[in-house]
Amino acid sequence: MTTVTKAVPMQDNAAAAKSPNLIKGNTGDWEVVIGLEVHAQVNSRSKLFSGSSTAFGAAPNSHVSLVDAAMPGMLPVINAECVAQAVRTGLGLNAQINLKSVFDRKNYFYPDLPQGYQISQYKQPIVGEGRIEIDVDGASMKVGIERLHLEQDAGKSIHDQHPEFSYVDLNRSGVALMEIVSKPDMRSAKQAQAYVTKLRTILRYLGTCDGDMEKGNLRADVNVSVRKPGAALGTRCEIKNVNSIRFIGQAVDVEARRQIEIIEDGGKIDQETRLFDPVKGETRSMRSKEEAHDYRYFPDPDLLPLEFKPEFVAGLKAKLPELPDAKKARFVKDFGLSNYDAGVLVAERENADYFEAVLSTLKDGTRDGKTAANWVINELFGRLNKESKDVGASPVSAAQLGSLVGLIGDSTISGKIAKDVFEILWAEGGDPAEIVESRGMKQVTDTGAIEKAVDEIIAANPDKVAQVIAKPTMLGWFVGQVIKQTGGKAAPATVNEILKKKLGI
Amino acid sequence: MKVDEATVHRIARLARIKVTAEEARGLEKELTGILDWVKMLDEVDTRNVEPMTRVVPIVLRQRIDTVTDGEIARDVTANAPKVEDHFFVVPKVVE
Repeated sequence: MTTVTKAVPMQDNAAAAKSPNLIKGNTGDWEVVIGLEVHAQVNSRSKLFSGSSTAFGAAPNSHVSLVDAAMPGMLPVINAECVAQAVRTGLGLNAQINLKSVFDRKNYFYPDLPQGYQISQYKQPIVGEGRIEIDVDGASMKVGIERLHLEQDAGKSIHDQHPEFSYVDLNRSGVALMEIVSKPDMRSAKQAQAYVTKLRTILRYLGTCDGDMEKGNLRADVNVSVRKPGAALGTRCEIKNVNSIRFIGQAVDVEARRQIEIIEDGGKIDQETRLFDPVKGETRSMRSKEEAHDYRYFPDPDLLPLEFKPEFVAGLKAKLPELPDAKKARFVKDFGLSNYDAGVLVAERENADYFEAVLSTLKDGTRDGKTAANWVINELFGRLNKESKDVGASPVSAAQLGSLVGLIGDSTISGKIAKDVFEILWAEGGDPAEIVESRGMKQVTDTGAIEKAVDEIIAANPDKVAQVIAKPTMLGWFVGQVIKQTGGKAAPATVNEILKKKLGI
Repeated sequence: MKVDEATVHRIARLARIKVTAEEARGLEKELTGILDWVKMLDEVDTRNVEPMTRVVPIVLRQRIDTVTDGEIARDVTANAPKVEDHFFVVPKVVE
């Protein structure tokens, strides 16, 4: 909710120039231009300017001090950890850190804002310009960050408890938020969604915001305008408080369509604040708040400028965790993963940690990153998704899965049998090596037993034998039959070899 | 700088202060006078002067991140005209 967003498009944005994202209208193609203001709740124990708790879900007004309730004479004292979190986030966004920033008062009246102003940062934010990289449809592009500033959250009003009254809970009042403003660099709903997704991932890696959109800990104001390709920027509308990544996509599409229709019908767009209604699939004006759009910012006389030394920033930088882009590059380079698989694994830090834990249990000879990634992504995540669990609640530990992948790696079991072992691990737990041993699931590499099965299949299917000699690609059918005959335990490579020898192909 | 009647009404509305037409005419003059007086400061060239934020060399004090306050819902809501279950109750404000 800042008025200093510079509406300057990036000149060198290749994605914008190519623009496969144009929207067809009656008068030709339109380009949508999107900028986002994301409000991210800072991970901290206590509030930005008071010592009351930030914990979610407490009884009404229990996490409120006399400062948060704006009692006369109360003075704000800044939380050092919130400052550190903002700087860490700025570093994670490859942004300029401002060693001096200033807190201002943003004045407006609303029952859940007891001070009558929000303490925010206006002309001198703590973090300046930066950029992040996003992937959309396999191509990567940069999105510019305009700024990041610290500000107070407001309280919460509940309107549906009584026909004539609203109920106000100030538990959130004064909790630290980071407002992260992007440049208007996005050209499609997909890009906007990819940006918020990536931003959320970075914040979660940094541990500076938990990114929980359901609790409102990450929410976005979406600025949308449309123009003919190459034309000057159109008038934008701001869609407030969109609280899911899916809704961000829908809100962009719906709003772009609305604006195009108005312009094509000869109308013009009023710059205004709108709300997205996911049920009706429309945006609508919040006109009643418009007249109050004059915030009369001025420096907060209760707070000195926020200043720190370059050493403070360097100290935080030295302790930053490995961020998703670096981790992804390392997974591709060190473990031979595809860009796609690496991207899936690093999207959540917990998932990447799990994958690395699986790898660490493997012995040098069997440390096959691709197989491990396949098992983590397809088998484990697939199963977890089906049961709506996250990796923290996985019944199969990284050590167990690592041991299973190791058994595939040293040819103790086939991939097919491994799936059965996985089912047992999921349902009953246990040690994969023991399960394989005690249940006789070991891969048969004994050529005598396989030869016997091959002979039987060949004898029973003379017609297929004739076919395969004419058309060797039929061999797969025989391989399948032999493996089936051995209860899935025959090693496919050995079966192949013996079949070829016996059939003379 | 001349403060006209419309500006007086606008400022008053932003500050949620009720001002009658008659009062506004008086305020027009008063506010214009105050601004003209302050305008004298423009005579000083401050192009290379940082705004003064303190008269003694102190820095912004910071606290460590621990919970030291709260759990006083009763006190916080004690002065409110209407309270229910520790909620402040206010005239309906939904749009």
